[in-house]
Amino acid sequence: MKRIDAINDFVVKFANVNGSGSASANELFARAILRMGVPVSPRNIFPSNIQGLPTWYEVRVSESGYQGRRGGVDLMVAMNPQTWDADLKEIEAGGYVFHDSTKALTKSRLRDDINVIGMPLTEICNATYTDPRQRQLFKNIIYVGALSALLDIDPNEIERLFSEQYKGKEALLQSNVKALRLGRDYALQKLGGPIGLRVKRSNKVGHRIFIDGNSAAALGAVYGGATVCAWYPITPSSSLAEAFIRHCQKYRVDPATGKNRFAVVQAEDELASIGIAIGAGWNGARAFTCTSGPGISLMSEFIGLAYFAEIPVVIFDVQRGGPSTGMPTRTQQSDLLSCAYASHGDTKHVLLLPEDPTECFEFSAQAFDLADRLQTPVFVMSDLDIGMNTRLCDPLQWDDTRAYDRGKVMTHAELEAGRDFGRYLDVDGDGIPYRTYPGTHPTRGAYFTRGTTKDRYARYSETGPDYVDNMQRLLRKFETAKTLVPKPLLYPAERPARFGAIFYGSTSAAMQEALEVLAERGIHVNALRVRGFPFQDEIADFVASHPWVFVVEQNRDAQLKTLLVNEAKVNSARLLSVLHYDGTPITARFIVDQIAQHAAARMVVPLKKVVS
Amino acid sequence: MTYIAKPKLHHPELARNKVGHTRRDYEGTVSTLCAGCGHDSISAAIVQACWELDIEPHRVAKLSGIGCSSKTPTYFLGNSHGFNSVHGRMPSVLTGANLANRDLLYIGVSGDGDSASIGLGQFAHCMRRGVNMVYIVENNGVYGLTKGQFSATADRGSKSKRGVINNDEPVDLSGLALQLGATFVARSFSGDKRQLVPLIKAAVEHQGAAFIDVVSPCVAFNNHTGSTKSYDYVREHNDAVNRLDFITGRDEITADYEPGEVVEITQHDGVALRLRKLAPDYDPTNRIKAMNYLQERAAAGEIVTGLLYVRPDARDLHAYLNTIDTTLTRLGERELCPGAVALEKVNAALR
Repeated sequence: MKRIDAINDFVVKFANVNGSGSASANELFARAILRMGVPVSPRNIFPSNIQGLPTWYEVRVSESGYQGRRGGVDLMVAMNPQTWDADLKEIEAGGYVFHDSTKALTKSRLRDDINVIGMPLTEICNATYTDPRQRQLFKNIIYVGALSALLDIDPNEIERLFSEQYKGKEALLQSNVKALRLGRDYALQKLGGPIGLRVKRSNKVGHRIFIDGNSAAALGAVYGGATVCAWYPITPSSSLAEAFIRHCQKYRVDPATGKNRFAVVQAEDELASIGIAIGAGWNGARAFTCTSGPGISLMSEFIGLAYFAEIPVVIFDVQRGGPSTGMPTRTQQSDLLSCAYASHGDTKHVLLLPEDPTECFEFSAQAFDLADRLQTPVFVMSDLDIGMNTRLCDPLQWDDTRAYDRGKVMTHAELEAGRDFGRYLDVDGDGIPYRTYPGTHPTRGAYFTRGTTKDRYARYSETGPDYVDNMQRLLRKFETAKTLVPKPLLYPAERPARFGAIFYGSTSAAMQEALEVLAERGIHVNALRVRGFPFQDEIADFVASHPWVFVVEQNRDAQLKTLLVNEAKVNSARLLSVLHYDGTPITARFIVDQIAQHAAARMVVPLKKVVS
Repeated sequence: MTYIAKPKLHHPELARNKVGHTRRDYEGTVSTLCAGCGHDSISAAIVQACWELDIEPHRVAKLSGIGCSSKTPTYFLGNSHGFNSVHGRMPSVLTGANLANRDLLYIGVSGDGDSASIGLGQFAHCMRRGVNMVYIVENNGVYGLTKGQFSATADRGSKSKRGVINNDEPVDLSGLALQLGATFVARSFSGDKRQLVPLIKAAVEHQGAAFIDVVSPCVAFNNHTGSTKSYDYVREHNDAVNRLDFITGRDEITADYEPGEVVEITQHDGVALRLRKLAPDYDPTNRIKAMNYLQERAAAGEIVTGLLYVRPDARDLHAYLNTIDTTLTRLGERELCPGAVALEKVNAALR
């Protein structure tokens, strides 16, 4: 039988039952490989459920450092009898299945083109432990031990991870080491040692860090000076607020008094969450909320208020599969349009599009500067794939000389000196007016904030010219935003290319791999990663300089393409959509297939040339 | 055009308070509500209370939702920042504002549509959290701006101006506030300034969620026979449990009372409330009894007014969240940003 042989380039998938404690064991497995200097990218694939339903953890081991999902599985660690048949189907021919052989399997439930590795895990656990919970938890560690032998993972790295994790908890440390060795020794003695998939020590991890996007974004909010957070629990954004609380407890407690330099409210719903954030922003604090698609729908009325009344607020949208409740635990990029144009009437909003946790950190901190500078809601558009998966990425950086940009705020001294204050007066021609914080001056600078139409001095006015004047200024402000949001990044092909590709966010990892594969096949593509909205002119120029441009994104309706046509005024005839929206992260294989097909159709020599 | 500036001229000998302001300094623009609207009397009571308490107008933030009542912040405290937010959502906006800057005085003005219908949830959770604010509902039982539909506080059996009978049970906001943990609950009548002004003053002084339900007749749509929120009906059925005459420490005691007629409640910040009892057995520090009394009198068709409940040891959201005494808006990079060295440690722990 064929046997897959691969060093530092394979996919291991763990099929588990959720609530069984497998998550931390599986992460241990991934981290051990990282510690051997070999890049990994793990992904949680989980149901909307707490206990008892199937859950998967997929680890791609890639010496080349590819972070996207590859597709296909080389080794299935099949720990869930419920999903056995489906799990088995996913294995590539010549691949491996590792399973609990305590209960014998009938041959009909196996495939004859894969390698079966059985280990009586339950039997071993029952013989070693008496406590049912221990039997369950250590079973996970035992299989990690066995895998370390099968894949040639250095057990010292795992034991080192244990000693870091259980520092000062000697008993826990010892029991974990014992379980690990139990599994490893069994595999070495009874399972014939290493299989065709091997981890070989390398140096490809470098200085990079291993962090999930939500933790990184939350840390960005701490660094960016956010003091008020209001949120309502929703997958996949809850861990962002929880991480913010955790980071604040570490960095934001006043050492002298033990009191908090932050305030977090778990609100009654998304409406209250955004309302609290807007109230705090109005009063001069840096405030945010984090949510997912359904929350954006609920917040829409308030988002319009913040746009029209010009109040800074930061909104993290960790996108999931829509519409409606949709696929709450699956990933998509399907809120782009609903955020860009959130709320009734004519509105447009600033969007930041991070590709990974590092950019989640950077864009998060930057979002607070932008919101203050532009006095408007700023969206950080993450997604489940970035937000809830630990990713190998560049270290987080901060420049201590960086000062917060609090935007145009008129001070007591300026008011006292008699400077003219019109809350909606465009003094500088950039569409951005001055604001005052409540309580600044006894007799000057107070104004009434409202969602209704007003004149330049914030006085209620329903007259047409006042309204149009204000709406035009808001457009000028949006033009100013173009100069402030992150610019797109160009990834030029190595050879002159007729094709272009535009992509953003979590598609980035798979895209970069796809570009390399395509180049190897002779399809050269210049790629542009969009990082913010409103779109800069570079994007339209990029489209104009290619006969065909692929727009690669993770939604059904080609939302970025729509936004490009609408806002960057690009020629829609040049745009070809590559759309992936089944809830799983897009893969390089998918992108390569789609682009190769399109390219083949467009590389046919024109009929005229053939005839002449 | 609904923005009308008031002439600044006033009598040169108009009385000034301790911070040097006349009562006129606490006014806003000319009201655009209907002549005789109860809401204007409430605005006047807020002006009076703030003037008497020597509050600096610019240290007040006044927030509202949407509706006739929510328009009124334009008509008082013209030197305060105001925020006319979204229908039913004043409580959340005010909560955020309060978290950002705990040094200002927060007055939230809302109506029965705003707080009992669309914003019932935000009203409830704001009370639960103990946001330090004065929450005034100008309660007239109808939607005025949309011309006379019943609101959720309209009594069952009351008749609209068009002759429609209301079949729905009313939402009793005072009763809900009591149940939800508001630490100061009062009900009053816009036509009784002597009762209302001291209640607003006490609510301002209260360090916690202070709620005042003010029955405020709508002269345009709900002041007819058959309405239970008309001037006549409220006057006939008003059952005042007490009259708050003084806030000791600020005003001198000038009247004499018979023993047993007066009850004094000292709050934990030292501010004492002196109440003249009207209902002999009414104890405004007993929440359960207050709830019972309200229900009993409501069943008898009466509207209980006065200071219904006060919790002397009230705390607020900032206390629960353990926020720093300095307002959060005053903190800068030094206090907020952990810096590059700390970040390098974070990176190191993630390898």
